[in-house]
Amino acid sequence: MLPNLDRSDMPRALQRLMTRGGQADQTDQSATLPRRSFLKLAGAGGLALGAFPHLAMAQANDAGALKPTQQPSAFVHIAPNGEVTVTINRLEFGQGVQTALPMILAEELDADWSLVRSRNGSNDAAYHDPLFGIHLTGGSNSIKNSFTQYRELGARARAMLLGAAAARWNVDVATLSTQAGTVLGPAGRKLGYGELAEAAMALPVPEKVTLKDPNDFRLIGRPTTRLDARAKSSGRQDFGIDVRLRGQLTAVVARPPVFGARLTSVDDSAARAVKGVKAVLRVPLDRGAEGVAVVAEGYWPAKQGRDALKLQWDTSAVEKVDSERQLAQYRELAGRPGARRFDADMAPLAAAPRKLEAEFVFPYLAHAPMEPLNCTVQVSDGRAEIWAGSQCPGLDAAAVARVFGIKPEQVKVNVQMAGGGFGRRFSSTSDFVVEACEIAKAARAAGLNVPVRTLWSREDDMRGGYYRPMHLHRAHIGFDERGKVLAWDHVIVGQSVTAGSVFEQFQVKNGIDATATEGMRDPYPLPMRLTVHHPKLNVPVLWWRSVGSTHTAFVMETLIDEIARSTKQDPVAYRMGLFGDKHPRHRAALQLAVDKSGYGKKRLPAGRAWGVAVHESFSTVVAYVVEASMKQGRPVLHRVTAGVHCNLAVNPRTVEAQAQGAAVMGLSMCLPGAAITLKDGQVQQSNFGDFTVARITDMPQFDVHIVPSADAPTGMGEPGLPPLAPAFANAIARLTGKPLRQLPFNLA
Amino acid sequence: MSTLNVNGRVHTVDADPGTPILWALRDTLGMTGTKFGCGAALCGACTVHLDGQAIRSCITPISAVEGKKITTIEAATDGSDRVGAAVHAAWVKHDVAQCGYCQSGQIMSATAFLKSLPRGKQPTAAEIDSAMAGNICRCGTYARIRAAVADAAKALA
Repeated sequence: MLPNLDRSDMPRALQRLMTRGGQADQTDQSATLPRRSFLKLAGAGGLALGAFPHLAMAQANDAGALKPTQQPSAFVHIAPNGEVTVTINRLEFGQGVQTALPMILAEELDADWSLVRSRNGSNDAAYHDPLFGIHLTGGSNSIKNSFTQYRELGARARAMLLGAAAARWNVDVATLSTQAGTVLGPAGRKLGYGELAEAAMALPVPEKVTLKDPNDFRLIGRPTTRLDARAKSSGRQDFGIDVRLRGQLTAVVARPPVFGARLTSVDDSAARAVKGVKAVLRVPLDRGAEGVAVVAEGYWPAKQGRDALKLQWDTSAVEKVDSERQLAQYRELAGRPGARRFDADMAPLAAAPRKLEAEFVFPYLAHAPMEPLNCTVQVSDGRAEIWAGSQCPGLDAAAVARVFGIKPEQVKVNVQMAGGGFGRRFSSTSDFVVEACEIAKAARAAGLNVPVRTLWSREDDMRGGYYRPMHLHRAHIGFDERGKVLAWDHVIVGQSVTAGSVFEQFQVKNGIDATATEGMRDPYPLPMRLTVHHPKLNVPVLWWRSVGSTHTAFVMETLIDEIARSTKQDPVAYRMGLFGDKHPRHRAALQLAVDKSGYGKKRLPAGRAWGVAVHESFSTVVAYVVEASMKQGRPVLHRVTAGVHCNLAVNPRTVEAQAQGAAVMGLSMCLPGAAITLKDGQVQQSNFGDFTVARITDMPQFDVHIVPSADAPTGMGEPGLPPLAPAFANAIARLTGKPLRQLPFNLA
Repeated sequence: MSTLNVNGRVHTVDADPGTPILWALRDTLGMTGTKFGCGAALCGACTVHLDGQAIRSCITPISAVEGKKITTIEAATDGSDRVGAAVHAAWVKHDVAQCGYCQSGQIMSATAFLKSLPRGKQPTAAEIDSAMAGNICRCGTYARIRAAVADAAKALA
């Protein structure tokens, strides 16, 4: 499908999509707002700052020319009873933006937090990321890029409410103030926002707004319970999988045993005989493959039908990857010349007094979100509507349009609460959305004019590809007796996650995918030569929570630690020395973790060792100081103390949760069985029985500390992951005297 | 036709007797609070109570539960059950959920565990871990699950 993609459709800002280096435009503190861009409409009898979706849709072409905060928007609605509903321009899949974005808006609105609600947006142009110009959730960007946007929306709504109160009381607006959802006037007069909403609506949207002094924040920075906490603690929260439309059927798909294979024969007689099966459809699948969808009244009959299919596949035309052979190929490739990311002089290597050679191996990893992939599709003439937990409704809408031969404006993506995702729901090819649309299209052609939900089993998800790619790293380091690195020759071999996708043109430069090398070298001042190879293999790969840092942080932080260890230096002092005065956020995060952990002061119980790692990803720095031991030959992580530098913490409770959660995913990478492997082209794992993820029994005691800061916030969805595995490995190496150079850990 | 006693109401379900309770609940009765995670009793997302015991509804066929009482998350946390209400309150207080998808199963496991304890008995950390080890949370909310279970036990003492 990719070659057919019209690249001119992609917004210009997408070029910056994957570079992730950019900060949101923070210069908009009192932006000028063209009046035409804010449509004021009475939605359900109240103040709606924004546009009805169909109007915003019609203006979508104009949106690219507007500044982010000037786009037609539909973000805040105040009902007559004072309830404030904030629409989020992101997918909520655990990271907490469904609470943090309303907090930011409510802060400037001076809303009564107990009356604030939240709702999901759609692929409507209003909900584009202000920096990237497309609706997406990724790169830990949600709060970073929408902080100013949501503040301004709140401030504009507040200004209109003040204007309405001034008119009602016939007083100068300067004499008024606001407090928790109420406008306060002279002589003790008060009006609730709900009472003013309708009159406020009739007023012009102010062109300029002044934002609060951060010292006056009362919501931002306050540990706040999630808005979805009650619904998610009672079974009342609906996810994409829970969508039930009238007449809806469920499809389960038989996919080929090897990626991209095609069918030679289909015997569906037994499948059709299963009670509840409505249709058995041969459908085109991802990567030129074919498959068979069984459409039935519910998942169980659909799955029974699929299990009853007798299929024969032609796998002769597709490459059959074998993990063992692949590792040998990667080793061979590592010895060849390749593209250079860094190119320091390697002459000092030969004569260096101390040398270190290391090879690291990282396997394919499945995202394995708890909610299996699903997408519900409803088609009518000239329109298509989908319900999905999508991390990129912009990309997915374009993909839906291509399947049905309609325009993206004729597609509506209803963004659903998602049960995790970790990157899998931001498919570079929209694979699971396209597949669901192909099935709905085939069902319609077969006379089934009903909504169709395509639902993946756990086995489908585990075997479905789009993995964190397997990687091989090789390092050859020369240093002196004081640990000064003289030359560091490094090679990375691994598939590019963007090659072959629409993102390749933006992300791959000089043959190197920047997502494969992020986290290498910096912030350490090292003379490094970095060679990169991106072999092409028949295994679909994708970004996975914290992307390149899933492997680069492990390599960098274990090697730095090993240099410190072999030159008999304290690993904290050694790192601090390398940071110098150039990296104050790294220093602050590490120092906080050190201080709170008791590192260097507290005596550890016998058999325990300290481990340290610090890593910046997505503009946030996280440091871990851990305590670990060996128990019956098995590494055990007892305690983690985190120092987090994410600038201003909007909701410290969520920052803590994200650090802990990301670290648990990092811990999962260390555990036996945390690997996807292939044999003869087939994925060998199938479910949580043979693909390990951390359980509560693996969970260490875990304390999170946040470096105080008033600077504009950076993201927290991913940065807690990368430093966990190296900190754990460094502690184990200290105990065993042998460095760990594989994930999952291999102590052999 | 099978009959299912769910949350005190008897339903007639027109489904294959081999259909797991999970799919009878979700697709036939429209009760979607119970979640599908693995289909193989490996993750615990589908946990419900059968005559008070925590079971995995994804592998338990409706034919096996005739005459038995199924309790789902919807009833366990609606305030009518003392233990379920305490667990729900602790889950909210500790802000356990991230994506929240596994939490129905976590809460059902925690509730069955606390009901199994003698009145007033406070579980040890190891007992809590052991009781909750069958429930996977990919978001990694385990620290807060531990705190919430311990807190609920205290509230029930």
